Amino acid sequence: MRDTLKTAYIIARREFAAYFATPLAAVFLTIFVAATGAFAFYIGGFFERGQANLFAFFAYHPWLYLLLVPAVAMRLWAEERKSGTIELLMTLPVSPTEAILGKFAAAWAFIGLALILTFPMWITVNILGNPDNGVILTSYIGSFLVAGAFLAIGSFISALTKNQVIAFILSATICFLFLTSGMELVQNVLRSWTPRIVSDAVASMSFLSHYEEITRGVIGLDSIVFFASLIVFALFANAIAVSQKKSA
Amino acid sequence: MAALIEATALRKTFGAITAVDGISLSVRKGEVLGFLGPNGAGKSTTMKMITGFLEPDAGSARICGHDVLEEPKAAKAKLGYLPEGAPAYGDMTPATFLRFIAEIRGFEGNDIKSRVIAAISRAGLDSVVDQRIETLSKGYKRRVGIAQAILHDPPVLIMDEPTDGLDPNQKHHVRELIREMAPHKAIIVSTHILEEVEAVCTRAVVIAKGRIVADGTAEDLLRRAPTHGAVTLRVLQADAERIAKTLADLASVARVETTAEPDGRSLIRALPKADAAPAKAIGDLLRRESLSFEEIYVERGKLDDVFREITTSTQA
Repeated sequence: MRDTLKTAYIIARREFAAYFATPLAAVFLTIFVAATGAFAFYIGGFFERGQANLFAFFAYHPWLYLLLVPAVAMRLWAEERKSGTIELLMTLPVSPTEAILGKFAAAWAFIGLALILTFPMWITVNILGNPDNGVILTSYIGSFLVAGAFLAIGSFISALTKNQVIAFILSATICFLFLTSGMELVQNVLRSWTPRIVSDAVASMSFLSHYEEITRGVIGLDSIVFFASLIVFALFANAIAVSQKKSA
Repeated sequence: MAALIEATALRKTFGAITAVDGISLSVRKGEVLGFLGPNGAGKSTTMKMITGFLEPDAGSARICGHDVLEEPKAAKAKLGYLPEGAPAYGDMTPATFLRFIAEIRGFEGNDIKSRVIAAISRAGLDSVVDQRIETLSKGYKRRVGIAQAILHDPPVLIMDEPTDGLDPNQKHHVRELIREMAPHKAIIVSTHILEEVEAVCTRAVVIAKGRIVADGTAEDLLRRAPTHGAVTLRVLQADAERIAKTLADLASVARVETTAEPDGRSLIRALPKADAAPAKAIGDLLRRESLSFEEIYVERGKLDDVFREITTSTQA
């Protein structure tokens, strides 16, 4: 177990550094911080609401992730397969589990860094009023969990193809379905031809409903279990994809 | 002594194509096995199965006694592998890349530094250690791959076309490196450069269509060449006919070819019967009959010819 974590850590460190070896990191971090701010001020009406909280800021995170997280995840495995380095990695004394954990951890930490860089929002709202910092903290945790779930899905899809563009489009689409599965638009379609239990089950898979609960300050066990099991499941599928598709 | 690399009846199909069809190999310490075959014969696929990257449909592979699928970590720890095309992370420099490999290989503290420095100097990477790998020339990229494979001084070394794309000086350097390491390791080198087999390998295995068609030393292979042991004489054209006739009467000679040269000389080539070496008999005959000649030499045969013959015949 200790060896597993250590090897995963060595891989994570390399992956994390790889984001900064290209302009990807600078582009991503800048756009993430600018876009979260812009959404909060212009679309969320941060000032117009006249409330000392960050609802307007957090409400748009999942939608931004829809575009940005698949962009971070798409290279994780597709690039290894395209450049052939997967053959190198998988013939080093590294198990697929270690490689998957390491890569996932690096990408998640990268998004975590992007979230930390939005701290001026938190400072701003604390200067303007007296927000409930507990709710802000749980919102950050919730946002991080949603990003992690998107990322795990993206990492899995990335292992299925050599082509990063395909990986991006597929993961964005699947993440979109998970995001919106609780919305009326999707539910109306489902209710018309499936029994109630199916549409309810689909609704309970919705990232948005779990996320909204958390941003109200309630981290329920069900939400934690939901995101955690989704991440574990996607990474497990990722492991199967990596060992099945190495050669193709 | 037990074999360090052992492959038993490896088989792999991709859809309807059988890439590898029952290949067994064993390589002992001190052996350098040259793995030959036309492109698409299954060389790389075989190596990928021996290194545990690909799972075979049937058969098994062991490295230092560890089955590559059942004890992958133990097997891979004993293995240095240069995959086809020498892939490496292009956004890293040779220094950071080799450092990463050393850490993954479990080295700690000062060992990391000394291993990286040793690998850099052995592979001749000193002048490019801090350049991004993607900006390096093909030759240097290949050397980064070799440095990565020998970093932990593994008892088993498997290299897929280590000299592909290198200039003659670089090829020489890599062959020297292999020769240096050979006594302490079991090495498999795939190549389609036949001179390489004579230069570094103690044994050659030729495969075609996923099967082994020849296994022996370079000398054994050469013996299969139709011109192996043939004797060629350069004589005055006036004497040519008489000498050719005399040679053709020898028991060990299959047939004699005569070619006229523009300078008034003729080349006479006496081709041996199977497994015969007529050189001595021809020498004795020339002396006895006092036949005069200007040049005489014994041909070794060409590996190219052998290679072409055994890999293109339908049933070898």
